[in-house]
Amino acid sequence: MNESVILLSIVSAVGIGTPILLAGLGEMYTEHSGVMNLGIEGMMLGGGVVGFWVSTQHTSLPLALAVGAAVGALFALVHAFLAVTLRVNQIVSGLALVITGTGFAAFIGSLNDSALTYERPLSSFEPVFGEGMRDLPLVGPLVFGHDWVVYLSWVLVAASAFWLFRTRWGLSLRAVGEDPAAADTVGISVTATRYIYTMVGGAGAGLGGTYLIAGIFSNYQHGITAGLGWIAFALVIFAGWRPWRALAAAYIFGVLRNLGFSLQIIGVDIPADFLNALPFVLTIAALILISARSSAARKYSAPSALAVPYSRESR
Amino acid sequence: MPLDRAGAAGAAAQIDRSDGRLGGEAARLTSITKSFYGQAANEDVDFDLRWGEIHALLGENGAGKSTLCSVLAGLYHPDSGEIRLDGEQVELRSPHHALEQGVGMVYQHFRLVERFTVAENLALGHPDTKVLASRKELERQVAELGRRYGLEAAPEAGVWQLSVGEQQRVEILKLLHRGVRILILDEPTAVLTPQEARSLFATMRALADEGRAIIFVSHKLDEVMEVSDRVSVLRDGRMVGSMEIAEADPARLARMMVGRDLAVPDRPRIEAGAPVLSITGLTAAGDRGIEAVRNVDIEVRASQIVGVAGVAGNGQRELAEAIAGLRRIEHGQIFLGGVDITRASPRQRIRLGLGFVPEDRMRTGMAGGLPLPANLALKAYRRPPLSRGPLLSKRAMDDRARRLEHRFDIRGVRWGLPTSLLSGGNIQRAILARELSAGPKVLVAAAPTRGLDVAAIQAIRRLLLEEREAGTAILMISEDLEEIMELSDEIVVLYEGRIMGRLEPGQASPEVLGMLMAGRTVDPA
Ligand SMILES: Nc1ncnc2c1ncn2[C@@H]1O[C@H](COP(=O)(O)OP(=O)(O)O)[C@@H](O)[C@H]1O
Ligand SMILES: [Mg+2]
Repeated sequence: MNESVILLSIVSAVGIGTPILLAGLGEMYTEHSGVMNLGIEGMMLGGGVVGFWVSTQHTSLPLALAVGAAVGALFALVHAFLAVTLRVNQIVSGLALVITGTGFAAFIGSLNDSALTYERPLSSFEPVFGEGMRDLPLVGPLVFGHDWVVYLSWVLVAASAFWLFRTRWGLSLRAVGEDPAAADTVGISVTATRYIYTMVGGAGAGLGGTYLIAGIFSNYQHGITAGLGWIAFALVIFAGWRPWRALAAAYIFGVLRNLGFSLQIIGVDIPADFLNALPFVLTIAALILISARSSAARKYSAPSALAVPYSRESR
Repeated sequence: MPLDRAGAAGAAAQIDRSDGRLGGEAARLTSITKSFYGQAANEDVDFDLRWGEIHALLGENGAGKSTLCSVLAGLYHPDSGEIRLDGEQVELRSPHHALEQGVGMVYQHFRLVERFTVAENLALGHPDTKVLASRKELERQVAELGRRYGLEAAPEAGVWQLSVGEQQRVEILKLLHRGVRILILDEPTAVLTPQEARSLFATMRALADEGRAIIFVSHKLDEVMEVSDRVSVLRDGRMVGSMEIAEADPARLARMMVGRDLAVPDRPRIEAGAPVLSITGLTAAGDRGIEAVRNVDIEVRASQIVGVAGVAGNGQRELAEAIAGLRRIEHGQIFLGGVDITRASPRQRIRLGLGFVPEDRMRTGMAGGLPLPANLALKAYRRPPLSRGPLLSKRAMDDRARRLEHRFDIRGVRWGLPTSLLSGGNIQRAILARELSAGPKVLVAAAPTRGLDVAAIQAIRRLLLEEREAGTAILMISEDLEEIMELSDEIVVLYEGRIMGRLEPGQASPEVLGMLMAGRTVDPA
């Protein structure tokens, strides 16, 4: 097999892995607070399309990402209200969000048909490092070849791992997702925590969606996320709710995503649907492996109160 | 430093004493009313608490003890009534708000994050926990705190690794770490071994002597007489009286608690019939794969109660599950009415006439989220009149539930609401109603009265005796020696999964049973 094909597919896996990673990291926060948000796909589309629109108007990628994240967070706010305050079934609310976000994106897309494509790629997507470093063998394309959003996602992974498992705030957050009654008695607001981190999750999805549409495809089409939001949801499970594992998992999923393309280049033809199912198959395999060992199960399993609404006086 | 806070609270308690405020009013609840779903759990309740005392709160299951405590702990907001702390009227907005006022409660269901370590649980939400708390530093502080109060628990241990008794110590420590001066313990001894209870009592006394006020919830008279200074009795949500323990006597308290005299069930002599349940050489593995039941032989005949005694964790649960078909049998055989059921599915066993009352009545015994008629129908819905073909008849299920409610005296049923809202005693009555209404040939009852109050215990025992008279073969597993001796026609003692001894009720005394349960052989005298 051609070595450059392998390298190429890994490098482009980082590209497609990054929106999955950003959205997955966000969802990870949400789930650590005990809220499950199935609506990632909708928030990626909804946040992404607005972020993309901003980028076509202002050519400022940071601004576009910020706006995309904010819109994603607003979508998540609706979920928080339904799931936390009204204690609606979170599966129902999340699925409703997928539909709403998709419809919203389609609507915005149809309004702005002409404005929603780039004449040329934005300068912000240029690789960060100079040609000298990028041309280094192996590490060049793998480590130094990316744009700044990829490096931002690495920083976010490190920061999340630290936040979740090394700080007082992370401890409080995880307590809310594990045992909201215990958190409540020691003065941690279950409601506030769940609202905040549900919105953080929406921001992650909006960020990922904006990067996907503005950064990777540079144009918007209906249903452009093509299930990446669902992969991000699976990613959280596959990663055992741990940020560093999510980083690795995002790139594995990215490789799988590109595998069909790479295989076609070298002349192997496997149905794309089969390859698209692989991340989910892998997630199930990981679940089976983890549950087989009780020590791993304890460490890498879902927050105990995931998707369970909390009410102080009920029992 | 987090420790300073607890230290300051300790010092404050000391000052109270030197001020001569020991014995002064710590808390006063006036006319507290609290209802759930339109039914009052507390009605016009008055209660007062003094510094330096252990105040027992006595009452049957469902009397409203936990509700009253939860009101004082800020968990429940009362519908009406007034709370004073240290003479000052307060409105407690949340458990945390109460905690800030120095009121802390150890709930029946602990509020520890199981996946966290002891140290993390103590640090959680504590105002002095640093943002970047170092694990080592936290653990050192917690160890120190534990030593100071004689409540030692390994700070680096995960809560899931601790025994219930240890978890309780961590809960108390957590509250002391927050500087509580009023400590509420909701049925703390329900989950403890006698030794652990002893040490808890010593801790309670030491804390009271420091000037703290302690509320001790229990429905066990002996304990209340032993450890408390004062006692208040709740019945059906109302306060029926308070008194100094010196003025109290167990008989009087029992009457206040139950409100009527209890008839001791008598056990008529009846001839046992033919063997119905025969277990030979039964061996089954426990949850961790180690053999939990070893080569056990038991035979139960019609109209006979065989009591299985033993300290919890000696294979009783596994034995019951093996008989019910919920646990794989490694060796040995089980016959029900002459049919080999060793490999039969639970459903086949039920069809052959096996009834099963599991020890965990909330989780295994009932589908807590379903309403009562559905729960009562769980074993009968496959046949008319509850179903015709694939269709269930809701009317028939409801009618049947009402009949059983009446016949088995299930109280507090709220139609259409989840069964889990019933009190423990009523849930147990409902389980028995479901099992007995199927007309079983064999009934396996695991810990049938554990955690129930006196009246419920009597009712359940009476039901078992009636069932025996009706000809059912009953295998009763219980840790309660009195129950074993009162009800059994034959007693077997399990120790480490083996049968340590077999006794006729005449031969059994608490001493002999105690020896066998502790794994000592006794010469048949
Ligand atoms: N959170 C709740 N939701 C619904 N009903 C409740 C709740 N707490 C208590 N009750 C009801 O109030 C009554 C008193 O319960 P409780 O205070 O737990 O009694 P005790 O602690 O004395 O056993 C019971 O009938 C119980 O079913
Ligand atoms: Mg109670």
